[in-house]
Amino acid sequence: MNARSRRVVEFIIERALFLCASGTILVTAGIILVLLWETLGFLREVPITEFLFGTVWTPLFYDKHFGVLPLVTGTLLASAIAMAVAIPSGLIIAIYLNEYAAEPVRRTVRPVLEVLAGIPTVVYGYFALLFVTPLLQAIVPGLAGFNALSPGIVMGIMILPLVSSLSEDAMRAVPNGLREGAYALGGTRMQTSLRVVVPAAFSGISAAVILAMSRAIGETMIVLIAAGQQPRLTLDPRVPIETMTAYIVQVSLGDTPAGTLEYRTIFAVGMLLFICTFALNLISNWLRERFREEYA
Amino acid sequence: MWAKRFGDRLLASFGFLVTLLALIALGALIYDVVRDGMARLSWDFITSYPSRRAEEAGILAALAGSMFVISLTALMAVPVGIASAIYLEEYGGRGRISRLIEINISNLAGVPSIIYGLLGLGLFVRLMGMDRSVLAGASTLALLALPVIVLATREALRAVPKSLREASYALGATKWQTTWHQVLPAALPGVLTGVILALSRSIGETAPLITIGALTYVPFMPNSIWSPFTVLPIQIFNWVSRPQAAFAENAAAGIVVLLGFLIVMNAAAIALRDRFQRHL
Repeated sequence: MNARSRRVVEFIIERALFLCASGTILVTAGIILVLLWETLGFLREVPITEFLFGTVWTPLFYDKHFGVLPLVTGTLLASAIAMAVAIPSGLIIAIYLNEYAAEPVRRTVRPVLEVLAGIPTVVYGYFALLFVTPLLQAIVPGLAGFNALSPGIVMGIMILPLVSSLSEDAMRAVPNGLREGAYALGGTRMQTSLRVVVPAAFSGISAAVILAMSRAIGETMIVLIAAGQQPRLTLDPRVPIETMTAYIVQVSLGDTPAGTLEYRTIFAVGMLLFICTFALNLISNWLRERFREEYA
Repeated sequence: MWAKRFGDRLLASFGFLVTLLALIALGALIYDVVRDGMARLSWDFITSYPSRRAEEAGILAALAGSMFVISLTALMAVPVGIASAIYLEEYGGRGRISRLIEINISNLAGVPSIIYGLLGLGLFVRLMGMDRSVLAGASTLALLALPVIVLATREALRAVPKSLREASYALGATKWQTTWHQVLPAALPGVLTGVILALSRSIGETAPLITIGALTYVPFMPNSIWSPFTVLPIQIFNWVSRPQAAFAENAAAGIVVLLGFLIVMNAAAIALRDRFQRHL
């Protein structure tokens, strides 16, 4: 191959690679366009104030109401329970593995915990409905067979390794000089980890927490299976609820013809979900970048 | 002094306890599923079509669907994912477009899978008229797996030492020759690990495939990319949502098969990673 044709080949390959890479932007554009198109169609028939502030969600009934708030509170309730499980225990585990446990323990426990994040969510749904709920019913009075509590807890177990591994990475990146300084001043391990390492890793830890929150909001199968698919404006974790994600799947399971208002509701709900998770992911990325700059 | 030590001990034992609890949760999950499902697990279960009667139902169609969909997903997502990663890591530089693509990919990795389902429904099923076919399902999962493959491949490429590239350039190789003959082979185990993990995540996906309209009752084998299909997680979901205990047993047996698959795939990924670490 002479020098000229070689240059041509190189050029073509580079263009082809660039095309693949920029194609990923089309995916984002596709998501936004599809959601926007159907959502606008939906909002032509239902005023946006009714959608965002209405308190009754019955698009599949004869008497239709399109207030998304019950789905929003359902999502928030289940995610809040998940976060209440995942944040404290994830942080404690991260502190324990990074500051207390011996290196071999850390090296075995971490990948085993990460197995939790690799289990398909439909399996967690089974676990929540047929193992955790009966267990909780023995303890919590008035707990219905479908409820927000059990899927919330199981969801917390699922995102726990995300919190613990990312927080651990953040603590690991804190320079050892800071720890040594604390010990030199007579600090115990507890004082060093809680008052020096954790604050120093704070932006990294908050990035992990926010990412976990976005994962909880977008989680579908666990709440679909174990929370009961009943949109209800409540903060009582013992009764059946429905989340935004579960509603989308519930409609997809039925035979809803394209172009109808019911069909469009799932895109409108999807749009809301996309905006929430997108904002959370942006914040999380921004925090992580900032953290990287601090200890670069 | 005593109080200080006490606090230290307390935090250490509390941390140990919580870690243990998390591990117990994992153990309880696996124990629960295996206990419920083992009785139903048999060769007949794997080679039968679904049925109205729980004792006769099997996972043949779902298993075949899962294999078919995931192979097609790999065929679409892996080449594009690796090519994108090569561009960003080896060619992209620090330009504004590369930066935009980078941010975009890390955001895509955080988009909930159900949103990909809506994209697949609007784009592949309706707009492109693929209907509820294997192709539509695989295309949706390919988009879902793409950002994960890109991120993992970049990580593997980054681990290849600079000196390897410089030596290749010094011998007069072009950029692509260097990438193809030196960098990529060195990064291959890492790339494969990432690809396997991304695909094993896609095998377990349920929600996006239900959203594009994959069927829940399929008593036949998918025979072309245009045929309707179901996958193992959807079959499991279908059985879990029935009230009869016999179907719950079927679901548990299906879960055991699904987890078995994932264990094999993840073991392969770990074995590859170990080889990778020894070589560099």
